[in-house]
Amino acid sequence: MKLPTLRDVGTEAKLLLIGIPVFIWTMIPIYHMFVFAISPKEDAFSGKLWPTHPTLHNFSIVFHQQHYFLRDFWIQFWNSTVIALAVGALTLFVATAAAFSISRLRVPGGRAVMNLALFTYFIPAAFLAVPMYRTMGTYGLLNNHWSLILAMVTIAAPYAIWVLKQASDKLPVELDEAATMDGATTMQLFRLVYVPLMMPSLVAVGTYAILLAWNEYLYAFLLLSKDTDITLPVALGNFLAADDSPWELLMTTGFIYALPPAAVYYAFKRYMVGGLTAGAVKS
Amino acid sequence: MAITLSASDAPSPPLSARLTPPQVWGIVLLAPYLLVFLAFVVYPVCYGLWLARQPSSYVALYHDPIFARAAINTLIFLVIGINIKMLIALFLSGFFAQQRPWIRWLSVIFILPWAVPSIPTILSVRFMLNPEWGVVNQLIFKFTGDDGPNWLNDPAVALAMAIGVHIWKSLPFWTLILLTGRLAISHDLYEASDVDGANWWQKFRYITWPSMQTLYITCTLLSMIWTLGDFNSVYLLTGGGPADLTHVLSTLGIRYLRLDQLSLAMASIVCAMPFVLPLVYFMMKRLSR
Repeated sequence: MKLPTLRDVGTEAKLLLIGIPVFIWTMIPIYHMFVFAISPKEDAFSGKLWPTHPTLHNFSIVFHQQHYFLRDFWIQFWNSTVIALAVGALTLFVATAAAFSISRLRVPGGRAVMNLALFTYFIPAAFLAVPMYRTMGTYGLLNNHWSLILAMVTIAAPYAIWVLKQASDKLPVELDEAATMDGATTMQLFRLVYVPLMMPSLVAVGTYAILLAWNEYLYAFLLLSKDTDITLPVALGNFLAADDSPWELLMTTGFIYALPPAAVYYAFKRYMVGGLTAGAVKS
Repeated sequence: MAITLSASDAPSPPLSARLTPPQVWGIVLLAPYLLVFLAFVVYPVCYGLWLARQPSSYVALYHDPIFARAAINTLIFLVIGINIKMLIALFLSGFFAQQRPWIRWLSVIFILPWAVPSIPTILSVRFMLNPEWGVVNQLIFKFTGDDGPNWLNDPAVALAMAIGVHIWKSLPFWTLILLTGRLAISHDLYEASDVDGANWWQKFRYITWPSMQTLYITCTLLSMIWTLGDFNSVYLLTGGGPADLTHVLSTLGIRYLRLDQLSLAMASIVCAMPFVLPLVYFMMKRLSR
């Protein structure tokens, strides 16, 4: 066995000196939220680092909707889920079709459309929200889940198209030619060759769109307002309206709300990092 | 299928039939996105600009002290906040490039702020800073016996805290992007410099920075554009308060919108264009190279 030299120990110590603060900085708000979620009401405000009597009572209150602020918890959870899944599905549909059209069929003007699409990201999100709110009113979609779904698709699609186009440019052209030679129509090519080959990128893009929609606050807050229509983040924001907000319940709900995206992210991490940062280095 | 074959068999199609069936399909498949883009980007933007046409809104903005304050706050947020964030990200990307099992684990945890939604974590910070019951002031009281400051009641401190929250949230993303850039640098270069006895600063100055500066500047510009639209960090932490002194342009626009002053909201956004357009111009120049 090789003993570590003094120099190695020194490097390791320096790395730890960076690593430990990074760990603490990252964990503080999350840990604080977690401690609140498992503290009984009396303990929550005592500033302890670990509650004397940890309990799951808060979770039970949230799940049984036993508080004024939480009376629509499950329906709001359902709203968040439906909207996120709808955004994922619609973004996948719109973006896959567009990427196939631009990258494989080389439709005239396709590249220009993609560049225009990416231009959406040069409009800061909160700036686009103002006219978007008014436009949704014109379309008669305000306070309708479709307004939020369509707004999130608008925001998710350009990046999705870009990622999918990068990935599909890497598929060999010979594949399309061979399929066409065998008599495949364009739609068969799309369904039987393109989509199966693109699966990893499609998973990455779908997950990205779902997370984006689940996590969105601003657009949800503007476009939806009825208590039974809003998504979880808007409900969390509404806690702030009252001075006597039950903070331990707010933190518990927040913790429940934050769990699914974290779990999904780690479950699909393999696809996400490779699929989504593929083009980053090129620029 | 028969059509496809006969079309490719034809020697040279006439100009009028230049669109082959795949191209027709291409247009059909592109149409859904084009519709979304026209309905929810082009139309709102044009409509918004039309709303902001009256000079009277700009006069009203000019006389609103909150607007001037918000513009200054935005500038501080972008120039100081983003540069600090990107410098930390550049530094940490070097840290995470080290090959150690525990660093790989730490990088998995480090991603958390980016993976979890911002609302609960920002509210968590907000409550930590609560002057009476927040854990920060409780600890200050425990150790010094003094009451801690009223963090979010001082505009400068509150804005600094909002910048801190923004950095907490988006630092992992930029570190990850810069890390991919760093890992793309050939390892041979570092080995050769080791042979030549270069120190860490020389390695950074002559190997790392030259290969990463384009990516770094692109990221900084992009982060600035996106941060202009960061509503959550300020709104959920300070709500623009105390006394509307910590608004940035994004929260101010939404504030006017909530007060039903839509033309004022649009005018304040148009006033932000001098910030946005140069950034977009540089960005376009970089990306088209």
